Amino acid sequence: MIDLEFVINVLSLGSLYAMLALGLVIVYGILRLVNFAYGELIMIGGYTMYLLAGFTPLPWLVIASLAVLAAMFTSLFTEFVAFRPVREKSLTAMLITSFAVSTFLQNGALLMISPRARAVTLPPVFQSSVMIAGTSVPWRHILTIVTCIVMLALLTLLLRRTVLGIALRAAADNFAMTRMLGVPANTVISTAFAISGLMAGLVSIFWIGRSASVTPTIGGPPLLVAFVATVIGGMRSLTGAVVGGFVYATIISLLGIFLPPDLQEFREAFMFAIVILVLLIRPQGLIRSRTSVERVG
Amino acid sequence: MLELQDVHVRYGAITALRGVSLSVGEGELVALLGVNGAGKSTTLASIAGGLRPQQGDIRLEGSSILGKAPEQIARLGLSLVPEGRDIFASLTVEENLRLGAFTRRKETEYRRNLSEVFDLFPVLRERLPQPGGTLSGGEQQQLAIARALMSSPRLLMLDEPSLGLAPALVDQIFDLIARLHQRGVTILLVEQNVDRTLEIVDRAYLMSTGLIEGHGTPEQLRTHGDIEGIYMGVRRQKD
Repeated sequence: MIDLEFVINVLSLGSLYAMLALGLVIVYGILRLVNFAYGELIMIGGYTMYLLAGFTPLPWLVIASLAVLAAMFTSLFTEFVAFRPVREKSLTAMLITSFAVSTFLQNGALLMISPRARAVTLPPVFQSSVMIAGTSVPWRHILTIVTCIVMLALLTLLLRRTVLGIALRAAADNFAMTRMLGVPANTVISTAFAISGLMAGLVSIFWIGRSASVTPTIGGPPLLVAFVATVIGGMRSLTGAVVGGFVYATIISLLGIFLPPDLQEFREAFMFAIVILVLLIRPQGLIRSRTSVERVG
Repeated sequence: MLELQDVHVRYGAITALRGVSLSVGEGELVALLGVNGAGKSTTLASIAGGLRPQQGDIRLEGSSILGKAPEQIARLGLSLVPEGRDIFASLTVEENLRLGAFTRRKETEYRRNLSEVFDLFPVLRERLPQPGGTLSGGEQQQLAIARALMSSPRLLMLDEPSLGLAPALVDQIFDLIARLHQRGVTILLVEQNVDRTLEIVDRAYLMSTGLIEGHGTPEQLRTHGDIEGIYMGVRRQKD
């Protein structure tokens, strides 16, 4: 039941979901755009690993790093060629563009590689475990948790200690005013997309680490998870994204334990019922951004 | 230093500016006066690059800044303190000031501007680690002006800085504007508080329904009765 194994499972899943949600929220915070092509960045990471591991002799760490870079590059590239030209038009135009980018990337993979799943060779560490207090803990979980902690620390440093990071937070608060202080819109937006791609790239390693395969539609489920986690945590807050990721992981894991076996296949339906409840009680999510509680007078 | 020539701005079917022309000389303190909806804030937003005029030209030191992005205009030394202050509520006072100096990245210049800002607004020194949103209205206004000054602006534009402040604070703000003017900062001021404004400015423009209806020194405007005309909604007979 709820033992060390469960806790580590939840922490690992929560770490993964928190990184996913962060990547979505960092762009949303500035552009108010839910980037529906976000899941495809994970797919790009997956296929990069598949191609490099299958057809080159590169060591796995290099392959994983290149997969992350590929996701970052794709994120930046789609911002440059697809989102930037429509940015001044309307939010709807950007939203539709994100669907178009998503469809384009998915079909690209479908045509150029295969509609069927491709096996991704992973290093032995993804299958091995370590004994902690009498419990067998997969290394995969430990790596996910450590990566998440490192990323949160780095992101906090960037956002609190650098002028660019402060500008990113200011842009999420009031983009027009940030620009009037001389902060270039393109720099802020590109940085947000780069961070988003970085998160997607890292997630792709661990997401694919679970199934050891990649398909053109692999981006769908993580996108949904990221979206739901941000709705739970609050779309306007990075802390909210992290909290939302961990809350999502906790609820879905608890449902996995406490739902009767014949209801297990409806686990997601229960999850979404809980989300609807959150939206009814706290439409702004669990964590409100400070902007919405601004003092007046 | 700043020159607007026949600037027109339309929002859909509404025409907000119908040919505004004005100029601000180096070191001058110039006011833009008029009732709500006259187009004063639209004029400032157009200069700062927040709005794009459909017609006319805006020149800063002889070169056109029309169509430039707000960040490019800020880099040319133009700083706007918008109506409603628009400080970053979730950022600390220090971070707000740090961003104000975004175009002045040299640490020595940042330190110098920071100490000047603390001279003008001692309260901000105590508030440095606090989020901007937790400051009182008067403190937020001081922060908004301080943030603009952090960029050592060549032209400072203030949009209704006294709005919503207690009378004692209004006096402080006007004193401050006068002091900045004495230091040689070029200022374009939009205000509703006509009496106080005319006490400190070199010249003023009177705006009504998107047009400049008159301009001159405070003495000229007072003696010709233009002010009453504008505020009573009566157009001056042009002679």
